[in-house]
Amino acid sequence: MKKTLMKKRLNKPNYTLTAILMVIAIFVILGPLYMALVISLKNPSDMGNVLSLPKHIQWSNFSEAWKMTDYSRMFLNTFFITIVNIVFTILTNSMAAYAITRNRKKSKFFNVLYYYFISAMFIPFNVIMLPLVKEVSAFHMDNVFGITFLYIVFGLPMNTFLYSGFIKQIPTALEEAAVIDGATPLQVFFKVIFPLMKPMHATVAILSFMWTWNDFLMPLVLLSNPKDQTLQLAQYVFQGQFSTNYNLAFASYVLVLAPVLLMYIFFQRYIISGVVSGAVK
Amino acid sequence: MERLKKKRDITPYLMVLPLAILFFIFHTVPFLRGVFYSFTDWPGYGGWHFVGLRNYLYMFSNSQISQAYWFTFKFALFATIFVNAISLALAVGLNANIKYKKVLRALYFLPYMMGMLIVGFIFNFIFGTMIPNFGKALDWSSISTNILGTDHAWVGILIVTIWQGMAFNILIYLSGLQSVDDEIYEAALIDGTTPWKRFWKITFPLIAPFFTINLVLSVKGYLMVFDQIMAMTSGGPGNSTTSISVLIYTQGFQSSQFAIQSANAVVLFIIVAAISLLQLNILNKREERLQ
Repeated sequence: MKKTLMKKRLNKPNYTLTAILMVIAIFVILGPLYMALVISLKNPSDMGNVLSLPKHIQWSNFSEAWKMTDYSRMFLNTFFITIVNIVFTILTNSMAAYAITRNRKKSKFFNVLYYYFISAMFIPFNVIMLPLVKEVSAFHMDNVFGITFLYIVFGLPMNTFLYSGFIKQIPTALEEAAVIDGATPLQVFFKVIFPLMKPMHATVAILSFMWTWNDFLMPLVLLSNPKDQTLQLAQYVFQGQFSTNYNLAFASYVLVLAPVLLMYIFFQRYIISGVVSGAVK
Repeated sequence: MERLKKKRDITPYLMVLPLAILFFIFHTVPFLRGVFYSFTDWPGYGGWHFVGLRNYLYMFSNSQISQAYWFTFKFALFATIFVNAISLALAVGLNANIKYKKVLRALYFLPYMMGMLIVGFIFNFIFGTMIPNFGKALDWSSISTNILGTDHAWVGILIVTIWQGMAFNILIYLSGLQSVDDEIYEAALIDGTTPWKRFWKITFPLIAPFFTINLVLSVKGYLMVFDQIMAMTSGGPGNSTTSISVLIYTQGFQSSQFAIQSANAVVLFIIVAAISLLQLNILNKREERLQ
């Protein structure tokens, strides 16, 4: 960076701008979250001023919402889908992208495959969902395992695109050296290439996590059994049952938001850089 | 080496074929089946007949479907403009010489972490209970009713979309602004240009690729708007906030309009694909000209 070399012209920070941005962030971004939190801690009789702090904290809202929405089960379903999807997506999609990228130049087959996957990025899920639901129920895949499997398969276009851009920048000399040393192609991939792709694995993991954890449409159309529901879907299903008990409803929202917000506090830096490199390549 | 190359290695095929076949079965086959059924009268069960373009013609004559298209286009246009204009302005602010830069960036990105459905529920309460109560207390009739129950329901959905959509767009613009070399500003400052001119003449052309990314992703995403509508209005009041995706979901699964909604899905696909390609082309050309 040349920054150090040149004189800093504007050394004094702009305090007015800082204040404006801070006020917007506090009122617009944190305001609704603050509201959600205080309502979740209140008693229904304490709702005269929704934004005031609770007169006494009613923790039972959380235990009641937990029981009502079968939170532990929904959490485990969502957790299973998310983790299994991340692990298998990284393993299989990186392997497929590697085979495609390294053979595109010499083989027409792999080149066609590359464009096949890339062009599938133009087909949104909403477009295939009607026939897919018929197919999935015919295969009896309308459950947690089925949807996890579909996430792994459907991530392929985007991940091929991301991994391929990364693999192109890895010099082939390393692989050639490994081949001369007698490594099989699979060994070359797992011992040489796979560890080198760590930054891209992180990006793919973060994007997959955000997709599966917050997805609503796929669980909505694919999961028919209440036992298989995810956190997001359960919120939608229970919306009617909360009726006007806002305290219970908000306790339930807070329970769903808490895991991602905690993740964000701890891994904020990685999440931000993962999302940027996923979009900008 | 020569010998190694001659022996045809099947490993690369094994690495990609299982996944490619599964992708074909679970992604391409449903897509092709959807296209196929759009030319039939299949209600989702039982037998079917070919009906040619009847479903597509029906789409044009059906007021519910044309209303969904009108709403979706209007929504996508306004959401794209507002989200990008506000995000760009905030990103420029966040890139300036300010205090607590990292904290502010983290705060503005926070809504991205939250699922659109829950965000929709939270704003449901804000629009439906909090603001009307506030309006009644102040005796201010224009905000005493739930906006989601009026003709302006779509504005409520727009506000929620902006609230959540800003996060991602700000982040992308910010990473674009950070890639601009400070020396360019030094030169511009010496030339004595105004900040406004400096932004449009120097900064904006340099971050044009980031503008392209945001625009394409925004339009694509907002044309498929679904979660926030299901959370807030379920498409109402009447059909006024029924988007194309909501219509495919409600009518395709719940009434026996499987074939008609398949045609609807095909049209949505063509529009999304065409707009994305067009945008990429136009914006790439403009970027070339600007640079």
